[in-house]
Amino acid sequence: MNRLLRWETGLAVVVVLIVVIGSAASPDFLTGNNLFSLGLSNGEIAIMTLPMTLIVISGEIDLSVASILGMASALLGYLWSRHWPMPAIFAAIAAVGLAAGAINGLLVTRLRLPSLAVTIGTLALYRGIATILLGPSTVSNFPTAYTNLGVNAVLGNVTYSTVIFIVLAVIFGVVLHATPFGRSIYAMGASVEAAQFAGIRVKRIKTILFMVSGLICSLAGVLWTFRLDTAVQNNGLGLELDVVAIVLLAGVSIFGGKGSLIGVVLAILAFAGIQNALLLTNFNQEATGIVTGALLLASVFLPNAGRWLSRWSSRVPGHRAPSL
Amino acid sequence: MNERIIMKLRRAAWLALAIPVALAACSSSSSPAASGGSTTSGGSLKSSLKVFVIPKQLGNPYFTTSDSANSGGALAALSTLGESGSETSGTSATPSSQIPAIQAAISKGANALVVSASDPTALCPTLTSAMRRGITVVTYDSDAPTCRDLFVNQASSQAIGTSEVDLLAQQIHDSGQIAIVSAAASATNQNTWIGYMRTELAKYPKMKLVSVVYGNDDPTTSTQVTQGLLEQYPDLKGIISPTTVGVAAAAAVLDSPKYRGKVALTGLGTPDEMKKFVADGTVKSFELWNPADLGYLAAYAAVEYASGKINGSAGQSFTAGKLGSFTVGADKTILLGPPFVFTAANIGKFNF
Repeated sequence: MNRLLRWETGLAVVVVLIVVIGSAASPDFLTGNNLFSLGLSNGEIAIMTLPMTLIVISGEIDLSVASILGMASALLGYLWSRHWPMPAIFAAIAAVGLAAGAINGLLVTRLRLPSLAVTIGTLALYRGIATILLGPSTVSNFPTAYTNLGVNAVLGNVTYSTVIFIVLAVIFGVVLHATPFGRSIYAMGASVEAAQFAGIRVKRIKTILFMVSGLICSLAGVLWTFRLDTAVQNNGLGLELDVVAIVLLAGVSIFGGKGSLIGVVLAILAFAGIQNALLLTNFNQEATGIVTGALLLASVFLPNAGRWLSRWSSRVPGHRAPSL
Repeated sequence: MNERIIMKLRRAAWLALAIPVALAACSSSSSPAASGGSTTSGGSLKSSLKVFVIPKQLGNPYFTTSDSANSGGALAALSTLGESGSETSGTSATPSSQIPAIQAAISKGANALVVSASDPTALCPTLTSAMRRGITVVTYDSDAPTCRDLFVNQASSQAIGTSEVDLLAQQIHDSGQIAIVSAAASATNQNTWIGYMRTELAKYPKMKLVSVVYGNDDPTTSTQVTQGLLEQYPDLKGIISPTTVGVAAAAAVLDSPKYRGKVALTGLGTPDEMKKFVADGTVKSFELWNPADLGYLAAYAAVEYASGKINGSAGQSFTAGKLGSFTVGADKTILLGPPFVFTAANIGKFNF
């Protein structure tokens, strides 16, 4: 607990550093206009990290998130070009998102398949459905009332996706940290057997988490489509890696049972802030991958550093094993 | 003892986290350039304009040639004109990778954007908001027809589509199964060219287009889809790949005794990448324009527009430095010229 607390303090320091150095390096960093576009570019990713956080804490992973986003986007374009009314399209997309999550959840819990393998499979499957729906075509004649979501602010310089993210983050935070449901997620992530003995319905909760992920990612798909005014089969291709990277950077253990939502929020700020600062400061953009990759490696290395170090030092001859 | 080492390690690791941030600060080379640009005493074009050249993606040799100062591309034109030019984009050719770079350029007070659109519509909300701020938006290479001030077209789409079919027809004597290895399924220019290819194919009743596959301008994917084509259609006689990445990947696949001379290949390629395949007979002819000229012209057009010298009406003309005089055509489009055919006879003279 103490160590986790320190992880989030460290992340907060990084965020402050990025803001200070970013605004010193570029006069355009802390402008309302830039913060607006920063919110726009990262809104959907930020929203998708929320269900991912809960899934990873429960000891699973969902790599199909970006494909569900793409499938929702393709479905939106497909149905709109067939003149469905918008409310009916939204209902259909929500249903498909829930179903996609349910397939993930049931394969993982009922057939006891590893979620890594299952969701790599559905990553290809859902993207394939998107490709079949739209083929090479692009749908882009969405009504301005909806596409304005992607360019207009709610108030000041705050985007719609930012507001949606804040509301969802509060809900996910309360559920994770202040309800029995949330405590069950930690319990099953720490030890599935112990959780089952304690009477926690592990399979049901995990299935619910995957379904929530499906629903939220299809919402992200709708936001993405309206922001770009474009439904195309490759929307959001590869985003799952950014989402997982942020969740790991947040200090959420890939083995389950550890992590906090405030960490995830800080990690999103750090991730979005550093990429934006690098763009504004003429940093060699081909090297931004190196920066974000190094951040990710550091984030998985650091929480385990103490453990490895003590194991290593106990092996060194003439050095007594630590009496912990 | 042990505790202290762990403490040290943690501190070192946090330092490692801070390094990328510090790097970002150090690399900030942007000097506070004059905003808005000023008119030079002699010429009538504004100088010191902030012009951002935004290709579909960075690290693509085609765009390196079209944009860089060394090859005589867009940045060379901008420095000749006394503008403050820089190149920026994302690392993959998708709207979600390109849009943050466009937004950053707007945040940095751009006067003009020279953009190759990774998607015909997805960039529009961003480009439209740039135009609303009075920023000149010129597209080159790949158009976003509803949200730009000017489009600089490398070659007429019809000429590219029809001439590639004609080139292939010569090589396979007007008959046999053919296929197309394209870039992204959503790329505007690719789909337009393929449309004209289908029309032109009507002239060759014995040639049959059996498949269009998409390599996404990625060498690995392009190689895989080409191999897939050859397995699926053992009687394939020819391939057209109207993309520099795709044609080089396809040529590498065909560069074996099994296929050389049996499956013909043409398309759009750069001389440097295709030289060895032309030398060993895998490829007989292919075509392209000069990407450096394209970038050079686009940069001139952007500066002319941002200086208020042209406004996109058909018939206006201007002089683009070493390239000579150009006239704005229909749909606010400026045409670079006809495609150029490279063969074993002339390829040695080109270096890009």
